[in-house]
Amino acid sequence: MIDINISKKIGDIDLEINLNIKQNDFVAISGISGSGKTTLLRILAGLDRANANIKVDHCLWQDKNFFLPIQKRDIGFVFQDYALFENMSVEGNLLYVTKDKELAHYLLKLTQLDGLKKRFPHQLSGGQKQRLALCRAFMKKPKLLLMDEPLSALDPAIRLKLQQDILHLHKKFKTTTILISHDPSEIYKLANRVLVLKKGKIVKDGKPRDVLLKTKGSQKFALEGELMDIIKADIIYIAIVAIGQQIVEIVLDQNDVSFFKIGQKVQVSTKAFSLNLMPID
Amino acid sequence: MVFDLDYGPFLLSFKLASSVTIVLFFIALPLSWWLSQSKCKCKAIIEAIVALPIVLPPSVIGFYILYTLSSQSFIGAFFQDTFGIELVFSFSGLLVASCFYSFPFMVQPLQAGFESLNNNMLEASYIAGKNQLKTLFFVALPNIKPALLTASIITFAHTVGEFGVVLMVGGSIPEETKVASVAIYEMVEIMDYTQAHWYSAIMLFMSFSILFIVYYFNNRYKHSRE
Repeated sequence: MIDINISKKIGDIDLEINLNIKQNDFVAISGISGSGKTTLLRILAGLDRANANIKVDHCLWQDKNFFLPIQKRDIGFVFQDYALFENMSVEGNLLYVTKDKELAHYLLKLTQLDGLKKRFPHQLSGGQKQRLALCRAFMKKPKLLLMDEPLSALDPAIRLKLQQDILHLHKKFKTTTILISHDPSEIYKLANRVLVLKKGKIVKDGKPRDVLLKTKGSQKFALEGELMDIIKADIIYIAIVAIGQQIVEIVLDQNDVSFFKIGQKVQVSTKAFSLNLMPID
Repeated sequence: MVFDLDYGPFLLSFKLASSVTIVLFFIALPLSWWLSQSKCKCKAIIEAIVALPIVLPPSVIGFYILYTLSSQSFIGAFFQDTFGIELVFSFSGLLVASCFYSFPFMVQPLQAGFESLNNNMLEASYIAGKNQLKTLFFVALPNIKPALLTASIITFAHTVGEFGVVLMVGGSIPEETKVASVAIYEMVEIMDYTQAHWYSAIMLFMSFSILFIVYYFNNRYKHSRE
Protein backbone atom coordinates (compact mmCIF):
# COMPACT_ATOMS: atom_id res chain seq x y z
CA MET A 1 0.00 0.00 0.00
CA ILE A 2 1.36 3.40 -0.97
CA ASP A 3 -0.01 6.58 0.62
CA ILE A 4 0.81 9.78 -1.18
CA ASN A 5 -0.03 13.28 -0.07
CA ILE A 6 1.73 15.99 -2.03
CA SER A 7 1.44 19.72 -2.43
CA LYS A 8 3.84 21.82 -4.48
CA LYS A 9 3.65 25.02 -6.48
CA ILE A 10 4.95 24.61 -10.04
CA GLY A 11 4.86 27.93 -11.90
CA ASP A 12 1.25 29.08 -11.73
CA ILE A 13 -0.32 25.70 -10.96
CA ASP A 14 -0.67 24.04 -7.57
CA LEU A 15 0.07 20.35 -7.56
CA GLU A 16 -2.28 18.81 -4.98
CA ILE A 17 -2.30 15.03 -4.95
CA ASN A 18 -3.96 12.69 -2.47
CA LEU A 19 -3.60 9.13 -3.51
CA ASN A 20 -3.61 5.56 -2.24
CA ILE A 21 -2.23 2.85 -4.42
CA LYS A 22 -2.68 -0.82 -3.64
CA GLN A 23 0.14 -3.30 -3.87
CA ASN A 24 0.62 -4.84 -7.36
CA ASP A 25 -1.53 -2.13 -8.90
CA PHE A 26 -0.64 -0.84 -12.35
CA VAL A 27 -1.68 2.80 -12.38
CA ALA A 28 -1.58 4.91 -15.55
CA ILE A 29 -1.45 8.69 -15.33
CA SER A 30 -2.70 10.72 -18.23
CA GLY A 31 -3.21 14.43 -18.85
CA ILE A 32 -2.03 17.28 -21.03
CA SER A 33 1.56 18.47 -20.68
CA GLY A 34 2.11 20.85 -17.80
CA SER A 35 -0.48 19.11 -15.63
CA GLY A 36 2.19 17.94 -13.17
CA LYS A 37 2.54 14.25 -14.11
CA THR A 38 6.33 14.16 -14.37
CA THR A 39 6.76 16.30 -11.24
CA LEU A 40 4.59 13.83 -9.31
CA LEU A 41 6.84 10.95 -10.38
CA ARG A 42 9.98 12.92 -9.57
CA ILE A 43 8.71 13.78 -6.10
CA LEU A 44 7.94 10.10 -5.44
CA ALA A 45 11.46 9.20 -6.53
CA GLY A 46 12.98 11.89 -4.30
CA LEU A 47 14.40 13.78 -7.31
CA ASP A 48 12.29 16.90 -6.63
CA ARG A 49 11.48 18.43 -3.26
CA ALA A 50 7.92 19.17 -2.14
CA ASN A 51 5.67 19.27 0.90
CA ALA A 52 4.89 15.61 0.92
CA ASN A 53 3.85 12.67 3.03
CA ILE A 54 4.88 9.47 1.33
CA LYS A 55 4.53 6.06 2.93
CA VAL A 56 5.28 2.80 1.17
CA ASP A 57 4.22 -0.42 2.92
CA HIS A 58 4.31 1.25 6.35
CA CYS A 59 7.81 2.52 5.64
CA LEU A 60 8.06 6.30 5.78
CA TRP A 61 9.78 7.88 2.76
CA GLN A 62 8.99 11.50 3.41
CA ASP A 63 7.12 13.83 5.74
CA LYS A 64 7.58 17.30 7.20
CA ASN A 65 10.69 16.38 9.16
CA PHE A 66 12.05 13.45 7.23
CA PHE A 67 13.37 12.86 3.73
CA LEU A 68 14.56 9.43 2.68
CA PRO A 69 17.40 9.97 0.15
CA ILE A 70 16.85 8.85 -3.46
CA GLN A 71 19.43 6.12 -3.01
CA LYS A 72 17.45 4.47 -0.23
CA ARG A 73 14.01 4.61 -1.87
CA ASP A 74 13.05 1.25 -3.20
CA ILE A 75 12.24 2.37 -6.74
CA GLY A 76 12.97 1.71 -10.36
CA PHE A 77 12.64 4.58 -12.83
CA VAL A 78 12.32 4.41 -16.60
CA PHE A 79 12.95 7.72 -18.37
CA GLN A 80 11.56 8.71 -21.75
CA ASP A 81 15.09 9.31 -23.08
CA TYR A 82 16.39 5.96 -21.69
CA ALA A 83 19.17 7.65 -19.64
CA LEU A 84 21.46 4.63 -20.04
CA PHE A 85 25.05 4.71 -18.80
CA GLU A 86 26.74 5.35 -22.16
CA ASN A 87 30.17 4.21 -20.96
CA MET A 88 28.97 0.76 -19.91
CA SER A 89 28.01 -2.27 -21.97
CA VAL A 90 24.46 -3.64 -21.95
CA GLU A 91 25.44 -6.10 -19.22
CA GLY A 92 27.46 -3.42 -17.40
CA ASN A 93 24.41 -1.16 -17.20
CA LEU A 94 22.60 -3.85 -15.22
CA LEU A 95 25.50 -5.00 -13.05
CA TYR A 96 26.22 -1.39 -12.03
CA VAL A 97 22.92 -1.44 -10.13
CA THR A 98 23.53 -4.75 -8.35
CA LYS A 99 26.15 -7.38 -8.95
CA ASP A 100 23.50 -10.06 -9.49
CA LYS A 101 24.65 -11.76 -12.70
CA GLU A 102 21.89 -14.35 -12.57
CA LEU A 103 19.13 -11.73 -12.44
CA ALA A 104 20.84 -9.68 -15.17
CA HIS A 105 20.97 -12.68 -17.50
CA TYR A 106 17.40 -13.63 -16.70
CA LEU A 107 16.18 -10.11 -17.54
CA LEU A 108 18.26 -9.88 -20.72
CA LYS A 109 16.97 -13.24 -21.88
CA LEU A 110 13.38 -12.30 -21.13
CA THR A 111 13.68 -9.13 -23.20
CA GLN A 112 15.71 -10.88 -25.94
CA LEU A 113 18.77 -8.72 -25.34
CA ASP A 114 21.06 -11.58 -24.28
CA GLY A 115 22.75 -11.64 -27.70
CA LEU A 116 23.67 -7.96 -27.33
CA LYS A 117 25.09 -7.97 -23.82
CA LYS A 118 28.59 -6.88 -24.89
CA ARG A 119 27.31 -3.98 -27.00
CA PHE A 120 27.24 -0.36 -25.87
CA PRO A 121 24.12 1.83 -25.72
CA HIS A 122 25.10 3.91 -28.78
CA GLN A 123 25.09 0.67 -30.81
CA LEU A 124 21.46 -0.15 -29.91
CA SER A 125 18.17 0.85 -31.55
CA GLY A 126 15.58 2.93 -29.67
CA GLY A 127 13.50 -0.12 -28.77
CA GLN A 128 16.54 -2.07 -27.56
CA LYS A 129 17.66 0.90 -25.46
CA GLN A 130 14.30 1.16 -23.74
CA ARG A 131 14.19 -2.60 -23.12
CA LEU A 132 17.59 -2.28 -21.47
CA ALA A 133 16.37 0.68 -19.39
CA LEU A 134 13.40 -1.45 -18.32
CA CYS A 135 15.71 -4.33 -17.30
CA ARG A 136 17.89 -1.90 -15.38
CA ALA A 137 14.90 -0.63 -13.43
CA PHE A 138 14.13 -4.20 -12.32
CA MET A 139 17.69 -4.97 -11.15
CA LYS A 140 16.88 -3.57 -7.71
CA LYS A 141 13.66 -5.61 -7.55
CA PRO A 142 11.93 -2.35 -6.59
CA LYS A 143 8.74 -2.02 -4.63
CA LEU A 144 7.64 0.81 -6.87
CA LEU A 145 8.32 1.17 -10.58
CA LEU A 146 7.93 4.64 -12.09
CA MET A 147 7.80 5.09 -15.88
CA ASP A 148 7.71 8.52 -17.51
CA GLU A 149 6.28 8.10 -21.02
CA PRO A 150 8.70 5.26 -21.69
CA LEU A 151 7.32 4.33 -25.11
CA SER A 152 6.34 7.67 -26.60
CA ALA A 153 9.51 8.01 -28.68
CA LEU A 154 9.13 4.57 -30.28
CA ASP A 155 7.26 3.49 -33.40
CA PRO A 156 4.01 1.48 -33.04
CA ALA A 157 5.38 -2.02 -33.79
CA ILE A 158 8.20 -1.68 -31.25
CA ARG A 159 5.77 -0.19 -28.76
CA LEU A 160 3.66 -3.36 -28.88
CA LYS A 161 6.69 -5.52 -28.11
CA LEU A 162 7.70 -3.25 -25.21
CA GLN A 163 4.14 -3.30 -23.82
CA GLN A 164 4.31 -7.09 -23.72
CA ASP A 165 7.67 -6.95 -21.96
CA ILE A 166 6.34 -4.46 -19.40
CA LEU A 167 3.28 -6.61 -18.73
CA HIS A 168 5.39 -9.74 -18.47
CA LEU A 169 7.81 -8.16 -15.99
CA HIS A 170 4.97 -6.63 -13.98
CA LYS A 171 3.34 -10.04 -13.57
CA LYS A 172 6.62 -11.76 -12.80
CA PHE A 173 7.93 -9.32 -10.19
CA LYS A 174 4.54 -8.09 -8.92
CA THR A 175 5.91 -4.57 -8.78
CA THR A 176 3.50 -1.75 -8.04
CA THR A 177 3.80 0.45 -11.11
CA ILE A 178 2.97 4.01 -12.08
CA LEU A 179 3.11 4.77 -15.81
CA ILE A 180 2.68 8.12 -17.51
CA SER A 181 1.10 7.59 -20.91
CA HIS A 182 -1.04 9.40 -23.47
CA ASP A 183 -1.89 6.32 -25.48
CA PRO A 184 -5.38 4.96 -24.59
CA SER A 185 -4.70 1.51 -26.09
CA GLU A 186 -1.49 1.26 -24.08
CA ILE A 187 -3.26 2.29 -20.89
CA TYR A 188 -6.09 -0.14 -21.55
CA LYS A 189 -3.68 -2.98 -22.18
CA LEU A 190 -1.39 -2.39 -19.19
CA ALA A 191 -3.17 -0.57 -16.38
CA ASN A 192 -5.91 -1.54 -13.97
CA ARG A 193 -6.46 2.04 -12.84
CA VAL A 194 -6.24 5.38 -14.62
CA LEU A 195 -5.78 8.85 -13.18
CA VAL A 196 -6.29 11.95 -15.28
CA LEU A 197 -4.43 15.03 -14.09
CA LYS A 198 -5.43 18.57 -14.96
CA LYS A 199 -3.64 21.64 -13.62
CA GLY A 200 -2.09 19.68 -10.79
CA LYS A 201 -5.30 17.96 -9.60
CA ILE A 202 -6.69 14.48 -10.18
CA VAL A 203 -9.85 15.06 -12.19
CA LYS A 204 -10.66 11.45 -13.07
CA ASP A 205 -9.82 8.24 -11.25
CA GLY A 206 -11.19 4.84 -12.21
CA LYS A 207 -10.93 1.69 -14.25
CA PRO A 208 -9.49 2.18 -17.75
CA ARG A 209 -12.80 1.19 -19.38
CA ASP A 210 -14.78 3.79 -17.42
CA VAL A 211 -12.30 6.60 -17.88
CA LEU A 212 -11.23 5.98 -21.46
CA LEU A 213 -14.58 5.25 -23.17
CA LYS A 214 -15.89 8.47 -24.66
CA THR A 215 -19.51 7.41 -25.22
CA LYS A 216 -22.27 9.02 -23.20
CA GLY A 217 -25.91 8.00 -22.76
CA SER A 218 -27.28 6.14 -25.75
CA GLN A 219 -24.29 6.77 -28.02
CA LYS A 220 -23.15 3.60 -29.79
CA PHE A 221 -19.65 4.88 -30.39
CA ALA A 222 -17.83 8.17 -30.06
CA LEU A 223 -14.48 9.35 -31.42
CA GLU A 224 -12.58 12.49 -30.60
CA GLY A 225 -10.85 14.50 -33.28
CA GLU A 226 -9.83 17.92 -34.48
CA LEU A 227 -11.92 19.97 -36.89
CA MET A 228 -9.60 20.74 -39.82
CA ASP A 229 -11.92 22.53 -42.25
CA ILE A 230 -15.56 23.16 -43.28
CA ILE A 231 -16.22 23.11 -47.03
CA LYS A 232 -19.42 24.25 -48.74
CA ALA A 233 -20.71 21.77 -51.34
CA ASP A 234 -23.88 22.99 -53.06
CA ILE A 235 -26.48 23.34 -50.33
CA ILE A 236 -24.73 21.26 -47.71
CA TYR A 237 -21.52 21.70 -45.72
CA ILE A 238 -18.80 19.10 -45.18
CA ALA A 239 -16.68 19.07 -42.03
CA ILE A 240 -13.20 17.58 -42.39
CA VAL A 241 -12.15 15.96 -39.10
CA ALA A 242 -8.78 14.43 -38.22
CA ILE A 243 -9.17 11.40 -35.93
CA GLY A 244 -5.87 9.82 -34.95
CA GLN A 245 -3.96 9.26 -38.21
CA GLN A 246 -7.10 9.46 -40.37
CA ILE A 247 -9.16 12.20 -41.99
CA VAL A 248 -12.95 11.77 -42.25
CA GLU A 249 -15.75 13.80 -43.81
CA ILE A 250 -19.01 14.49 -42.00
CA VAL A 251 -22.02 16.21 -43.52
CA LEU A 252 -23.24 19.28 -41.64
CA ASP A 253 -26.47 21.16 -41.81
CA GLN A 254 -26.22 24.85 -42.71
CA ASN A 255 -27.73 25.78 -39.32
CA ASP A 256 -25.00 23.86 -37.43
CA VAL A 257 -22.01 25.47 -39.14
CA SER A 258 -22.01 28.49 -36.81
CA PHE A 259 -21.38 26.25 -33.76
CA PHE A 260 -17.91 25.27 -34.95
CA LYS A 261 -14.49 26.83 -35.11
CA ILE A 262 -11.65 25.41 -37.25
CA GLY A 263 -9.02 23.76 -35.04
CA GLN A 264 -11.58 22.93 -32.35
CA LYS A 265 -11.73 19.56 -30.60
CA VAL A 266 -14.87 17.71 -31.67
CA GLN A 267 -16.60 14.44 -30.99
CA VAL A 268 -17.97 12.23 -33.75
CA SER A 269 -20.64 9.87 -32.46
CA THR A 270 -23.66 7.91 -33.56
CA LYS A 271 -26.80 6.78 -31.81
CA ALA A 272 -28.45 4.98 -34.70
CA PHE A 273 -27.48 5.48 -38.33
CA SER A 274 -26.45 9.03 -39.10
CA LEU A 275 -23.21 10.50 -37.81
CA ASN A 276 -23.44 13.28 -35.30
CA LEU A 277 -20.78 16.00 -34.83
CA MET A 278 -20.52 18.17 -31.73
CA PRO A 279 -17.99 20.54 -30.24
CA ILE A 280 -16.39 19.47 -26.92
CA ASP A 281 -14.39 22.53 -25.90
CA MET B 1 72.83 22.70 -34.63
CA VAL B 2 69.64 21.41 -33.10
CA PHE B 3 71.63 18.73 -31.25
CA ASP B 4 73.85 21.31 -29.54
CA LEU B 5 70.89 23.09 -27.94
CA ASP B 6 70.50 23.13 -24.18
CA TYR B 7 67.26 21.24 -23.63
CA GLY B 8 67.26 22.01 -19.90
CA PRO B 9 64.63 24.78 -20.17
CA PHE B 10 62.33 22.51 -22.21
CA LEU B 11 62.65 19.70 -19.71
CA LEU B 12 61.91 22.14 -16.92
CA SER B 13 58.87 23.46 -18.81
CA PHE B 14 57.61 19.88 -19.20
CA LYS B 15 58.27 19.02 -15.59
CA LEU B 16 56.38 22.13 -14.49
CA ALA B 17 53.50 21.62 -16.92
CA SER B 18 53.04 17.93 -15.98
CA SER B 19 53.11 18.73 -12.27
CA VAL B 20 50.61 21.58 -12.69
CA THR B 21 48.28 19.37 -14.76
CA ILE B 22 48.30 16.60 -12.15
CA VAL B 23 47.87 18.91 -9.16
CA LEU B 24 45.14 20.96 -10.85
CA PHE B 25 43.23 17.88 -11.96
CA PHE B 26 42.69 16.83 -8.36
CA ILE B 27 41.82 20.35 -7.19
CA ALA B 28 39.60 21.23 -10.16
CA LEU B 29 37.71 17.93 -10.28
CA PRO B 30 35.60 18.38 -7.11
CA LEU B 31 35.16 22.11 -7.77
CA SER B 32 34.02 21.74 -11.37
CA TRP B 33 31.67 18.90 -10.40
CA TRP B 34 30.18 21.04 -7.65
CA LEU B 35 29.84 24.03 -10.00
CA SER B 36 28.08 21.88 -12.59
CA GLN B 37 25.57 20.47 -10.10
CA SER B 38 25.03 23.41 -7.77
CA LYS B 39 22.12 25.82 -7.83
CA CYS B 40 23.72 27.91 -5.06
CA LYS B 41 23.53 31.68 -5.49
CA CYS B 42 27.21 31.96 -4.58
CA LYS B 43 28.11 30.00 -7.73
CA ALA B 44 28.55 33.14 -9.86
CA ILE B 45 31.10 34.58 -7.42
CA ILE B 46 33.16 31.40 -7.48
CA GLU B 47 32.96 31.18 -11.28
CA ALA B 48 34.14 34.79 -11.54
CA ILE B 49 37.09 34.14 -9.21
CA VAL B 50 38.06 31.00 -11.15
CA ALA B 51 38.00 32.94 -14.44
CA LEU B 52 40.06 35.89 -13.12
CA PRO B 53 43.46 34.64 -14.41
CA ILE B 54 42.07 34.72 -17.97
CA VAL B 55 41.46 38.47 -17.88
CA LEU B 56 44.08 39.74 -15.43
CA PRO B 57 47.47 40.78 -16.85
CA PRO B 58 50.04 38.12 -15.86
CA SER B 59 52.07 40.86 -14.16
CA VAL B 60 49.18 41.51 -11.75
CA ILE B 61 48.86 37.81 -10.89
CA GLY B 62 52.64 37.56 -10.67
CA PHE B 63 52.82 40.55 -8.37
CA TYR B 64 50.14 39.26 -5.97
CA ILE B 65 51.59 35.76 -5.90
CA LEU B 66 55.09 37.12 -5.34
CA TYR B 67 53.77 39.26 -2.53
CA THR B 68 51.82 36.38 -0.94
CA LEU B 69 54.58 33.80 -1.22
CA SER B 70 57.48 35.99 -0.12
CA SER B 71 59.00 35.33 3.29
CA GLN B 72 57.56 38.64 4.54
CA SER B 73 53.98 37.37 4.17
CA PHE B 74 52.28 35.01 6.60
CA ILE B 75 51.93 32.19 4.06
CA GLY B 76 55.50 32.47 2.77
CA ALA B 77 56.90 32.60 6.31
CA PHE B 78 54.75 29.63 7.37
CA PHE B 79 56.02 27.42 4.53
CA GLN B 80 59.61 28.45 5.14
CA ASP B 81 59.49 27.92 8.93
CA THR B 82 57.40 24.74 8.95
CA PHE B 83 58.50 22.84 5.85
CA GLY B 84 61.67 24.69 4.93
CA ILE B 85 60.21 25.42 1.48
CA GLU B 86 61.15 28.67 -0.17
CA LEU B 87 58.22 29.67 -2.38
CA VAL B 88 59.77 32.48 -4.42
CA PHE B 89 62.47 32.03 -7.04
CA SER B 90 62.19 28.26 -6.67
CA PHE B 91 60.49 25.43 -8.55
CA SER B 92 57.88 24.99 -5.76
CA GLY B 93 56.96 28.67 -6.02
CA LEU B 94 56.69 28.35 -9.78
CA LEU B 95 54.39 25.37 -9.33
CA VAL B 96 52.07 27.27 -6.97
CA ALA B 97 52.02 30.34 -9.23
CA SER B 98 51.36 28.27 -12.35
CA CYS B 99 48.51 26.46 -10.63
CA PHE B 100 46.77 29.79 -10.03
CA TYR B 101 47.51 30.97 -13.53
CA SER B 102 46.23 27.81 -15.29
CA PHE B 103 43.34 27.08 -12.92
CA PRO B 104 40.49 28.22 -15.24
CA PHE B 105 41.90 26.15 -18.10
CA MET B 106 41.30 23.00 -16.07
CA VAL B 107 38.04 23.99 -14.33
CA GLN B 108 36.11 25.42 -17.27
CA PRO B 109 36.33 22.49 -19.74
CA LEU B 110 35.59 20.01 -16.95
CA GLN B 111 32.59 22.05 -15.78
CA ALA B 112 31.31 22.36 -19.37
CA GLY B 113 31.76 18.60 -19.79
CA PHE B 114 29.78 17.81 -16.64
CA GLU B 115 27.06 20.28 -17.60
CA SER B 116 26.66 18.66 -21.02
CA LEU B 117 25.87 15.27 -19.45
CA ASN B 118 22.29 14.03 -19.58
CA ASN B 119 20.97 14.84 -16.13
CA ASN B 120 18.63 11.85 -16.25
CA MET B 121 21.67 9.59 -16.58
CA LEU B 122 23.11 10.95 -13.34
CA GLU B 123 19.71 10.62 -11.67
CA ALA B 124 19.49 7.02 -12.90
CA SER B 125 22.72 6.38 -11.02
CA TYR B 126 21.32 7.89 -7.81
CA ILE B 127 18.16 5.81 -8.25
CA ALA B 128 20.40 2.76 -8.67
CA GLY B 129 21.52 3.50 -5.11
CA LYS B 130 24.88 5.11 -5.86
CA ASN B 131 26.10 8.22 -4.06
CA GLN B 132 27.59 11.34 -5.67
CA LEU B 133 31.18 10.09 -5.44
CA LYS B 134 30.44 6.79 -7.17
CA THR B 135 28.33 8.58 -9.77
CA LEU B 136 31.17 11.02 -10.42
CA PHE B 137 33.82 8.35 -10.92
CA PHE B 138 31.82 5.59 -12.61
CA VAL B 139 29.27 7.53 -14.66
CA ALA B 140 30.16 11.22 -15.04
CA LEU B 141 33.93 11.09 -15.63
CA PRO B 142 33.96 8.21 -18.14
CA ASN B 143 31.31 10.05 -20.17
CA ILE B 144 33.26 13.30 -20.52
CA LYS B 145 36.45 11.90 -22.04
CA PRO B 146 36.80 14.68 -24.65
CA ALA B 147 36.43 17.34 -21.93
CA LEU B 148 39.01 15.51 -19.79
CA LEU B 149 41.45 15.41 -22.68
CA THR B 150 40.82 19.07 -23.53
CA ALA B 151 41.20 20.21 -19.92
CA SER B 152 44.43 18.28 -19.31
CA ILE B 153 46.14 19.14 -22.57
CA ILE B 154 45.14 22.80 -22.63
CA THR B 155 46.30 23.18 -19.01
CA PHE B 156 49.58 21.54 -19.92
CA ALA B 157 50.05 23.65 -23.04
CA HIS B 158 49.04 26.85 -21.29
CA THR B 159 51.59 26.22 -18.54
CA VAL B 160 54.31 25.56 -21.09
CA GLY B 161 53.35 28.82 -22.80
CA GLU B 162 53.23 31.08 -19.76
CA PHE B 163 55.80 33.80 -19.42
CA GLY B 164 54.89 36.84 -17.32
CA VAL B 165 53.98 35.01 -14.13
CA VAL B 166 56.97 32.64 -14.22
CA LEU B 167 59.37 35.47 -14.85
CA MET B 168 58.04 37.46 -11.90
CA VAL B 169 57.73 34.60 -9.43
CA GLY B 170 60.56 32.37 -10.60
CA GLY B 171 63.12 34.62 -12.17
CA SER B 172 65.58 32.78 -14.41
CA ILE B 173 67.63 30.33 -12.38
CA PRO B 174 69.01 27.57 -14.65
CA GLU B 175 67.69 24.06 -13.82
CA GLU B 176 65.35 25.59 -11.22
CA THR B 177 63.09 28.23 -12.78
CA LYS B 178 64.45 28.97 -16.24
CA VAL B 179 61.71 27.52 -18.41
CA ALA B 180 61.66 27.59 -22.21
CA SER B 181 59.68 30.80 -22.63
CA VAL B 182 62.00 32.68 -20.27
CA ALA B 183 65.04 31.22 -22.03
CA ILE B 184 63.78 32.54 -25.39
CA TYR B 185 63.27 35.99 -23.88
CA GLU B 186 66.84 36.01 -22.62
CA MET B 187 68.25 34.87 -25.96
CA VAL B 188 66.47 37.71 -27.71
CA GLU B 189 67.78 40.13 -25.11
CA ILE B 190 71.38 39.07 -25.77
CA MET B 191 70.61 39.02 -29.51
CA ASP B 192 71.29 35.29 -29.94
CA TYR B 193 68.68 35.03 -32.69
CA THR B 194 69.82 31.62 -33.98
CA GLN B 195 69.11 29.92 -30.67
CA ALA B 196 65.94 31.97 -30.23
CA HIS B 197 64.77 30.74 -33.64
CA TRP B 198 65.38 27.12 -32.76
CA TYR B 199 63.70 27.40 -29.39
CA SER B 200 60.71 29.26 -30.84
CA ALA B 201 60.36 26.80 -33.71
CA ILE B 202 60.37 23.87 -31.29
CA MET B 203 57.72 25.60 -29.13
CA LEU B 204 55.60 26.36 -32.20
CA PHE B 205 55.79 22.78 -33.43
CA MET B 206 54.95 21.37 -29.99
CA SER B 207 52.03 23.73 -29.45
CA PHE B 208 50.57 22.92 -32.85
CA SER B 209 50.99 19.16 -32.28
CA ILE B 210 49.27 19.36 -28.92
CA LEU B 211 46.29 21.29 -30.27
CA PHE B 212 46.09 19.00 -33.29
CA ILE B 213 45.98 15.92 -31.03
CA VAL B 214 43.15 17.44 -28.96
CA TYR B 215 41.01 18.30 -31.98
CA TYR B 216 41.78 15.05 -33.79
CA PHE B 217 40.81 12.80 -30.88
CA ASN B 218 37.76 14.84 -29.93
CA ASN B 219 36.47 14.70 -33.51
CA ARG B 220 37.08 10.97 -33.66
CA TYR B 221 35.27 10.47 -30.35
CA LYS B 222 32.28 12.46 -31.62
CA HIS B 223 32.07 10.47 -34.85
CA SER B 224 32.29 7.17 -33.02
CA ARG B 225 29.18 8.14 -31.04
CA GLU B 226 27.10 9.14 -34.08
